[in-house]
Amino acid sequence: MKNSYKNQNIAFFLLFLSTLLIVVPVGLIVLVIIQKGLPAINWQFLSDMPRQGMRAGGIFPAIIGTVYLVVGAIMFALPIGLLSAIYLSEYSKDDLLTRLIKLAIVNLAGVPSVVYGLFGLALFVVFFKFGVSILSGSLTLGIMILPVIITTSREALESVPQSFREVSLSLGASKWQTIRHIVLPNAIPGILTGTILGLGRAAGETAPILFTVAAFYLPRLPKSVFDQAMALPYHLYVISTQVPNVDEKIRYGTAFVLLTLVLFMNLVAIIIRYKFRKKKKW
Amino acid sequence: MRKIKEFVIVKLIQVCGLASIFFVALIFLFLLKEGLSVFKTVSPFDFSFGKNWYPISEPAQLGILPLISGSLLVTLGAAVISIPIGVGCAVYIAEIAPLKIKEILKAGIELLAAIPSVVLGFIGMITLVPLVKNIFHLPTGLTALSGSIMLAFMAMPTIVSIAEDALYSVPKTYKEGALALGATHWQAIWRVMLPAASSGILAAVMLGIGRVIGETMAVMMITGNAAVMPNSILVPVRTLTATIAAEMGEAVVGSEHYFALFAIGIILFIISFAINVTADLFLQKRQQ
Repeated sequence: MKNSYKNQNIAFFLLFLSTLLIVVPVGLIVLVIIQKGLPAINWQFLSDMPRQGMRAGGIFPAIIGTVYLVVGAIMFALPIGLLSAIYLSEYSKDDLLTRLIKLAIVNLAGVPSVVYGLFGLALFVVFFKFGVSILSGSLTLGIMILPVIITTSREALESVPQSFREVSLSLGASKWQTIRHIVLPNAIPGILTGTILGLGRAAGETAPILFTVAAFYLPRLPKSVFDQAMALPYHLYVISTQVPNVDEKIRYGTAFVLLTLVLFMNLVAIIIRYKFRKKKKW
Repeated sequence: MRKIKEFVIVKLIQVCGLASIFFVALIFLFLLKEGLSVFKTVSPFDFSFGKNWYPISEPAQLGILPLISGSLLVTLGAAVISIPIGVGCAVYIAEIAPLKIKEILKAGIELLAAIPSVVLGFIGMITLVPLVKNIFHLPTGLTALSGSIMLAFMAMPTIVSIAEDALYSVPKTYKEGALALGATHWQAIWRVMLPAASSGILAAVMLGIGRVIGETMAVMMITGNAAVMPNSILVPVRTLTATIAAEMGEAVVGSEHYFALFAIGIILFIISFAINVTADLFLQKRQQ
């Protein structure tokens, strides 16, 4: 009996250790980037063009490029993703087709990001002749974040109690009126969470934009959706592997801005979800 | 009028419902369209088992065995590291950690999942790569081992969160039964909970490995990118994903090289498809 408790202590200690092995490095990574990146941040770094082959100056065009890409991706993915979620939650029956759709969503989420890049290159850049442009990159990122938006929106819609729908229908509202005026308003926080998580994902990905939009060095702002653009994650890749002798401060500063942007969006999503859970009356 | 409007909306919803299937098919179709052309000049056998990858030499040699070996080696290393640690962490979070610590740990794991892979690659270059170099006295720290460690880390969020779900969904009565029979908490976990959650944990491991195979940026930044057959885990390698990312920028649209990179894309797509479908079957089995 004593032996089995000794075993338990050893086992629990090992489990605790493996947890530390994951969580401690995460904390360290974030700390190091904050500690070394924060001193590099000033107004000039954020608002200036890169200079001297990206060895000096700021990262303004990369920030703007990422904002354009993310906004474009969400404009494409949100309507399709939301309607798709409404279909799954309100209209689909439990049949083979629904099963296939769910499987397709899982697969879409699992496709390697670089394969999205290839697909965007073949379809948008070459086949539709959009060229290497913000449009091609946004559409590629949009398809990539579709599964995030569909899954979270569907969960939000399905968490609205069935009785809400029944009451609305019994008062003579049509199915669409019920969805539009009863189900959707109650699901908005969840949908918002999914949208913001999708934004964060799109802002951080590099591989899908490599061949569809990203410009190596373009010290001006894009003028139309058919222009190339710089983007934060690609810029970080370029200055840390492709350009020699870049000041460490600029690298850490860029990593800091990218990480802050992505973590901020995740934080907002978590807060919305948390508040929503607390406020839920049913 | 209202009826027409609703009819249009319902049709629109139904069309968008099929969007995911449409896009998966579209991705596969376009990969095939561009990738299959490579087999006009190279036989599928030479492509898969050729030991030389010199895409720009004349004539180009397009054998992807070194790239497949690179991916396998890095993935195997990452699996060895991430499976025990990831499942261990999942058990700790699901069964042992007090409620407050549980929330902190889960937030930490979510944080890890949110960090962009290029940032992890950057940190890996600066911290992990010199460390590996110094410990093993190597000429360069950009090795398969560095890649494995980094990728293991990136697979953790997937493994931990899905395995934890699997442990939660084991009926409470199983554990209570074991405890009532005099088992210690650990015996209940080891003999009852883990076997009962095994199909979900298997799915977690598979999806984690899927993540590793598909990961691109971090692996490209820290494995050294040498497209040669690896003979140990302490040499630079190049993975399938990194090859596409590194070379597509220079490949001329419509060239043999371009087609070959798409053919690699087909392989990656099929691997991820197989992994996701199988993992989904395991998760379905769990629900029944």
